[in-house]
Amino acid sequence: MSTLKVQNLSVYIEDKPILNDFSLEIPYGEVHAIMGPNGSGKSTLSKALAAHPNYDIRNGTAELDGHNLIDMEPDEISRAGLFLAFQYPIEVPGVTIANFIRAAIQARMEESKLFKAVDYYKKLYQKMDDLGIDRNFTARSLNDGFSGGEKKRCEILQMAMLDPKFCILDETDSGLDIDALRVVSAGVNSMRSSNRGFLVITHYQRLLDYIVPDKVHVMWEGKIVRSGDKDLASELESKGYDWIKEELAA
Amino acid sequence: MIKTNPIEVDREKGNFHYNTDYEFDAGIGLSEDVVRYISGVKKEDSWLQDFRLKALQTFEKKRLPTHWATNDLENIDFDVIRYYLSKGQMPSRTWEEVPDDVKSTFERLGIPEQERKFLAGVEAQFDSEAAYSRMKDDLTEKGVIFVGSTEGLKDHPEIFKKWFGKVIPTSDNKFSALNSAVFSGGSFIYVPPGVKLEQPLQAYFRINAENFGQFERTLIIADEGAEITYMEGCTAPKFETSTLHSAVVELVALRGAKIQYVTVQNWSNNVFNLVTKRAMAHEESEVRWIDCNIGSRLTMKYPGVILRGRKARGEVLSIALANDGQHQDTGAKMVHAADETTSNVIAKSVSIGEGRSTYRGLVQMPGHLKHCKNNTECDALLINSDSQTDTYPAITVQGEDHSVQHEASVSKVSAEQIFYMQQRGLSEGDAMSMCVNGFVNDLIREFPMEYSVELKRLIDLEMEGSVG
Repeated sequence: MSTLKVQNLSVYIEDKPILNDFSLEIPYGEVHAIMGPNGSGKSTLSKALAAHPNYDIRNGTAELDGHNLIDMEPDEISRAGLFLAFQYPIEVPGVTIANFIRAAIQARMEESKLFKAVDYYKKLYQKMDDLGIDRNFTARSLNDGFSGGEKKRCEILQMAMLDPKFCILDETDSGLDIDALRVVSAGVNSMRSSNRGFLVITHYQRLLDYIVPDKVHVMWEGKIVRSGDKDLASELESKGYDWIKEELAA
Repeated sequence: MIKTNPIEVDREKGNFHYNTDYEFDAGIGLSEDVVRYISGVKKEDSWLQDFRLKALQTFEKKRLPTHWATNDLENIDFDVIRYYLSKGQMPSRTWEEVPDDVKSTFERLGIPEQERKFLAGVEAQFDSEAAYSRMKDDLTEKGVIFVGSTEGLKDHPEIFKKWFGKVIPTSDNKFSALNSAVFSGGSFIYVPPGVKLEQPLQAYFRINAENFGQFERTLIIADEGAEITYMEGCTAPKFETSTLHSAVVELVALRGAKIQYVTVQNWSNNVFNLVTKRAMAHEESEVRWIDCNIGSRLTMKYPGVILRGRKARGEVLSIALANDGQHQDTGAKMVHAADETTSNVIAKSVSIGEGRSTYRGLVQMPGHLKHCKNNTECDALLINSDSQTDTYPAITVQGEDHSVQHEASVSKVSAEQIFYMQQRGLSEGDAMSMCVNGFVNDLIREFPMEYSVELKRLIDLEMEGSVG
């Protein structure tokens, strides 16, 4: 069985420790949620696993399906099957959505294979319709001038098109109104399968009403301090994070 | 992460040369004798020899324009340059007749295929003179003339003499004077009234010899209501010493005519490329310069349009890529000289490594005119932290009725953009290429299709190795 397996990971930003001896294992087919207050290291985890150059991994291992992520370049990690839906998707002026996703798909293809444009557009339009994205968006520059909601839908569109083995959703719910949240969640749920894993990072239990997790973890000062089922999210929602802090202090 | 390694540019396509025997060689250095030699080889009329000799005096008097550009010009040693080299034959009309060494050169550069594919006519200049020149027969029947400068002035003086040296006077600048003294080769084109060329004419300029200066002279006249697209490509092998290319290109668009002039300059990066290009646009005519500067050590080139007829329209679309060791000093000049004239300038530059790109623009609208319009956009993209760009727009507008708009932007490809694109599976180099292509994309869409494909390929080549 394939897994995302993170063991004893320590991550620094400019010599400041953010993740500290962090461990987590997510088997394919499962959806895990990580919740935690601001600054607990949730986004650092996602950026570090994707090999963002500003995140300095000093200790530990991270494996995806047998690949050792620690020594890989960001694009190699992507092609190995890890997709990160960004909390703040980056604007890339002049590069259209259609061309960008096409290039990303071609980067995964064997050289001998022929890219079939007709099939590509058929699939692209289908996914755009599912996510309620206007078809005119194919010619728009990537994230350039998009609203918060449009950016998040565009992230899920890319995820659906690239068919990754493992998806990290970093605060995908932030900036979404309730209708957009439903559409985006439906997009994610339709991708749930026994050979794909998800890590959902969020502040709010609200998202987990739509994307129901198999497990919920609470992060605090760079570590997982509580794990449970989806009820843990509800408990956090009603009691707040202070409850965890008090328990940890006790 | 964007690294600042020096960049190895792949210009291998043009980087080769064959040893060639030249029948005519004006020797090394510049003097009255050299000018007389060139004029003699061409068996020119005395007015033209006088024109050249006078231009030589002007050249010697004129100072280098270093006060406003770059000190690099001072590194040109006019005494070691060879000003005229030719094999002495008239341009061949079939590829079979072209001498073998010259033919191999152009075949390697893909010229015959391009001609077959989409061109109405081709001229291929090897050092000082055209080695091959051919135009489709139906255009000859329509009265279109497509010849070299020597033939043009000798065989069709009634057409070309009137405008020769009139759009760009000898004394315009030191390099236009130099060209006027020693010019050879280039294209003289006349399109009769109402004749519209559906396919482009193309000239291909090739420097083959070391320490050689190429000084072609081009004059295109589109008579009333005529339309023409002309394209030029430029390459040279990489020699140890620097080489000079200094052309003068004059365009005349008579009433209602349309001229589109496309340049893809990919000189090797030891070529000084100092070119004067200007058009005269008469009433309701349109002139469009599409200017792409990728190669050379230093390019100084500001295609201009003198809008001298009512409702004339001028446009410059310019793309410059400055890599390590390169300075692209480019821009546009729009001189409004009649009512209701409009001009549009869109310039995009990309600076890579320690490359430097400069935009220099001139717009003039005097007070006695009415309803003139100019729009200028210049955008610069910086790739590395050592990359340089500067912008010098000079806009003089007098009077109440004009409309002028100037927009400029400088942006840098950010590490976050590259990371984002890499997270989707693109390599760092592909991500960078995509950002650069995205930056110039809306401009490239305006280009003739064949050139936009070629240009994208060249940009990808330039971007290779620009990242770690």
